[in-house]
Amino acid sequence: MLRMKNKLLASPYIVWMILFILVPLGIVFYYAFTDSITGQFTFSNLSNMGAYLPIFLRSIWLSFFASVICLLIGYPVAYYIALCPPRKQRLLELLIMLPMCMSFLLRTLAWVAILEDTGILNSFFGVFGIGPLPLIRTNGAVILGMVYNYLPYMILPLYTVIMKIDPRLVEAAADLGCRPGKVFTKVILPLSAPGILSGVTMVFVPAVSTFYISQKLGGTGTTLIGDVIESQFKTAYNPNLGAAMSLVLMVLIFLCVSIMNHFGESDSEDGMVTV
Amino acid sequence: MSKELIRLTDLTMTFEDGETVLDNINLYINDQEFLTLLGPSGCGKTTTLRIIGGFLTPTSGSVLFNGNKINDVPSYQRKINTVFQRYALFPHLDVYDNIAFGLRIAKLPEKEIDDRVTDMLEIVSLRGFENRKITALSGGQQQRVAIARALVNRPQVLLLDEPLGALDLRLRKDMQNELKRIQQQMGITFIYVTHDQEEALTMSDTIVVMNKGKIQQIGTPEDIYNEPKNAFVADFIGESNILDGVMLDDFKVKFVGHVFECVDKGFQKNEPVDVVIRPEDVDIVPLEQGQLTGVVTGVTFKGVHYDTIVDFKGFKWLIQTTDYCPVDSHIGIRIEPDGIHIMHKSEYSGLYGDYSSYSAEYDEIAEVSEDAEDEE
Repeated sequence: MLRMKNKLLASPYIVWMILFILVPLGIVFYYAFTDSITGQFTFSNLSNMGAYLPIFLRSIWLSFFASVICLLIGYPVAYYIALCPPRKQRLLELLIMLPMCMSFLLRTLAWVAILEDTGILNSFFGVFGIGPLPLIRTNGAVILGMVYNYLPYMILPLYTVIMKIDPRLVEAAADLGCRPGKVFTKVILPLSAPGILSGVTMVFVPAVSTFYISQKLGGTGTTLIGDVIESQFKTAYNPNLGAAMSLVLMVLIFLCVSIMNHFGESDSEDGMVTV
Repeated sequence: MSKELIRLTDLTMTFEDGETVLDNINLYINDQEFLTLLGPSGCGKTTTLRIIGGFLTPTSGSVLFNGNKINDVPSYQRKINTVFQRYALFPHLDVYDNIAFGLRIAKLPEKEIDDRVTDMLEIVSLRGFENRKITALSGGQQQRVAIARALVNRPQVLLLDEPLGALDLRLRKDMQNELKRIQQQMGITFIYVTHDQEEALTMSDTIVVMNKGKIQQIGTPEDIYNEPKNAFVADFIGESNILDGVMLDDFKVKFVGHVFECVDKGFQKNEPVDVVIRPEDVDIVPLEQGQLTGVVTGVTFKGVHYDTIVDFKGFKWLIQTTDYCPVDSHIGIRIEPDGIHIMHKSEYSGLYGDYSSYSAEYDEIAEVSEDAEDEE
């Protein structure tokens, strides 16, 4: 009986999911396997995918790099926040989330204003007779945009997990002979693995499919798969090819995430709380 | 057996909020001794243990280990291991890796680690559980892993912070015997923190009774039970009737309007004193043979005996007897001289030892033990 009732609770979302996730997904499938002109069933959309392999790889590699940078910046901050007294924790949490309240477009455009050839940084360098330096339209600028936009998604899950680590475990490790550095590598780091995993996932997944950041901060050499998909619908008008790309991207994301999860599990074994 | 290992001198601990949790603690602990810090929640016993373990630095006073001051030695350099309250086992490691943790940090050869962990698993009867996850263990098993994880390092001292607090009564009793056996077998000094007086009496060589950051009494279990120093100790250890009395002379004390013979001496003439009478030391006799007579106001069956509440001129006593005396019956009692224990008056005089609100007191005891589990 209780099970039935619990199922009822989920029903609004189930209806939502069917209407707006499963049905559209079916449409994506349909488009990916049909010809754009004749509407006939075909594999040609998918078999053409090889031409876009470099772009797929670039997307994955840039977002992976951005995730790693987010982790390197985010972990120490998350650790610091978790050790603060509760009042300060809430304040810092708010500060971390503050950029998320600003429009995504605005945040990225602001970076354009900073990095462009006539932008703030280059004007500043110009005073000393340097530049203009090629800051914008580079891989670095795209990665910067990703890190800037998605860093909070790294910090928050890390902070949540680190905060939950029982301080007694730290004492226990010290009691058993661990110097502070060892306490970190033997206890705190392995116990924050679930946070690292969900942080990396939450940065990597939106980063790999982004198109706006690379359009504004990248150049012709930094086109990401998101940009190509967008252009299929807006300029090239080949929604069937766009659908096929989305499908491949989805499978790739799935693969990457499950590889990470597998890596995380074998490292830490089960019995951990996954966020 | 009697070589001194740890000494605490003039130890004081004041927390940042100005609360003094330890007030001038002086204590020495012998090698291979089983010493228990006993007291109610908030008495400072856990703080004392944490100072010895190196998790807290005392505000003043010194901690000596083998004669060397170790106040500022971090816990990872002390030859002391701890069994934490609620165990603090590493959830990301299995049973074997938890126990091997300290040995691996010490970079012992894998072969020796394996031998020692296997021995330890034997001692705590957990062979076959090597690869179990911590979360898949019962409370009693986790507790044994915690003990093994600490003991495998062969520390000179093992600190135990209410290690049996989360176990049910039966398991507690088993583990008490187990711990005592391990302590004797391995010849390690145990410093044990508990709020359970029965546990303390069963296991310890020496008991340190603490209250409000001060040591109330140090002694063997027999000393503490038979010769409590003040009303607090008498009340905290076992059940006691504590009465106002006057020491008329050596071996002669007057209370409840009657002069009794006793075995205590060395008090001043006519000194007001606290008189302790244990409930089991009172004999019920026919009315006419009684030194005192009273009216039974309550009887509770306890299995081995009856808890009988008797009213003597308005002051209610607890008497534990195997004779059933119905409520409202008039009875006489006799007390042998060695059943009477005399104490000097103290700040605790008049606070304890009255059984007028007997059942309420039992509830209070139950509450205290719940609180104590949350004590830091």
